[in-house]
Amino acid sequence: MLEKLLANYEETAAIILFSIGFTTLLLNRNLIKKIIGMDMMDSAIFLFLASQGFIEGKEPPILAEGITGAGAYVNPIPAGLVLTGIVVSVSVSAVMMALAMRLYHRYRTLDVDELIAIAGKEEV
Amino acid sequence: MTIWERLNQQLEEKEALLDGAMIASQEREPDRESAESPADEQERLEKEERRRSLQEKVVTRGTPRVRRSGRRLYNVASVVLCVLMIGMFLYMVSEMPRVGDPEAPTSNEVPRRYIEQGLEETGAVNIVTGMILDYRAFDTLGESTVLFAAVMVVLLLLRLDPESEKFSSLARDLRTNPGSDTFYEPKDDHILQYTARFLCPVIWLLGIYVVLNGHLSPGGGFSGGTLIGAGLVLHVSAFGFSRTRKFFTYRTYQGIVVGALLTYALSKCYSFYTGANGMESIIPLGTPGAILSSGLILLLNICVGMIVACTVYVLYAIFRKGEV
Repeated sequence: MLEKLLANYEETAAIILFSIGFTTLLLNRNLIKKIIGMDMMDSAIFLFLASQGFIEGKEPPILAEGITGAGAYVNPIPAGLVLTGIVVSVSVSAVMMALAMRLYHRYRTLDVDELIAIAGKEEV
Repeated sequence: MTIWERLNQQLEEKEALLDGAMIASQEREPDRESAESPADEQERLEKEERRRSLQEKVVTRGTPRVRRSGRRLYNVASVVLCVLMIGMFLYMVSEMPRVGDPEAPTSNEVPRRYIEQGLEETGAVNIVTGMILDYRAFDTLGESTVLFAAVMVVLLLLRLDPESEKFSSLARDLRTNPGSDTFYEPKDDHILQYTARFLCPVIWLLGIYVVLNGHLSPGGGFSGGTLIGAGLVLHVSAFGFSRTRKFFTYRTYQGIVVGALLTYALSKCYSFYTGANGMESIIPLGTPGAILSSGLILLLNICVGMIVACTVYVLYAIFRKGEV
């Protein structure tokens, strides 16, 4: 199993990065760190997808003169998917950070537990 | 086993710290009740009263004891979940085909079809651009709309009215309060200004090149638009908002983005209409490799580039100043 993991080191790195991001998201109480964890998960997915498209010894999918046929180029689909993913990730990060800023301006803290406690008291 | 015990202990210590004095005092109270003396009676009653009022305040979250055990359960469960997930994913990766394997199931008939027929059907030399702006153009319209929606949400949350009292007080606070980042920002930084004077045109030119050559070389609307947006951010960092506002205001943003989205949607409507009815499109595909080729892709790339550039700049401006 270890040899296979080392042979697929791009994917292994993507999985480890994803797990670090997920753990950060779950265990950190600071909202900004949670957002960073989420962005790490996004990057891991992009690395994983990009490694899926790679085919050894082939050209990037930009047609060169005289070289035709699918055998000469790498897979173009993961590149398009990663592009979509990056756009959505940027938008989601921007919205999350705007929400975190508003929460900080109102409650003067970014700690999730403190936020919940203060907001809970406020309602009563 | 020892690792788990240590982990549990650490989590407990952390919780005791984080829960604060309120919960800690409540925990200790039952022990003291047994050693009760008449002098402590008054104090005890007061504490009881305070506890009741505090409990009423946090009634929406349940009693503190429930919260505490719930949080420990949450921490342990999330660690277990993460470890399980890492193990499961690593096992899955070890079963996957080798990276770069030409026989991998991902290189099936779909990419083969894109590469073999892409040039003929879309006219784009860059297969990825041909794919995202022709075969999957509807998806890219959705992406541009997501960017637009993100800017709208951020504006809704963070935009301040420049006429309002809050805006002027915040601006004064940013300039005069030593606790804010803006206080330490160099004003009229000459090194930055000279660098920006040389770099901004170069960056914008490169961005425009990348946008216009999206169907011929690596790049396209998204990467070129990000470059132009980065140039705008450099300009505003060097010269300040008063200079940038001469050519880019909120109205400019509205005009550019709404115009670009409408152009994209309408031009794609036309090609969907002709394609669905089996009609011949009047837009020529041109000779592959020429700058004016590949039908609508050039126009769509320009639209996407403008949307992305405006989005990058507007997000920066709102986060930094609360106003475009």
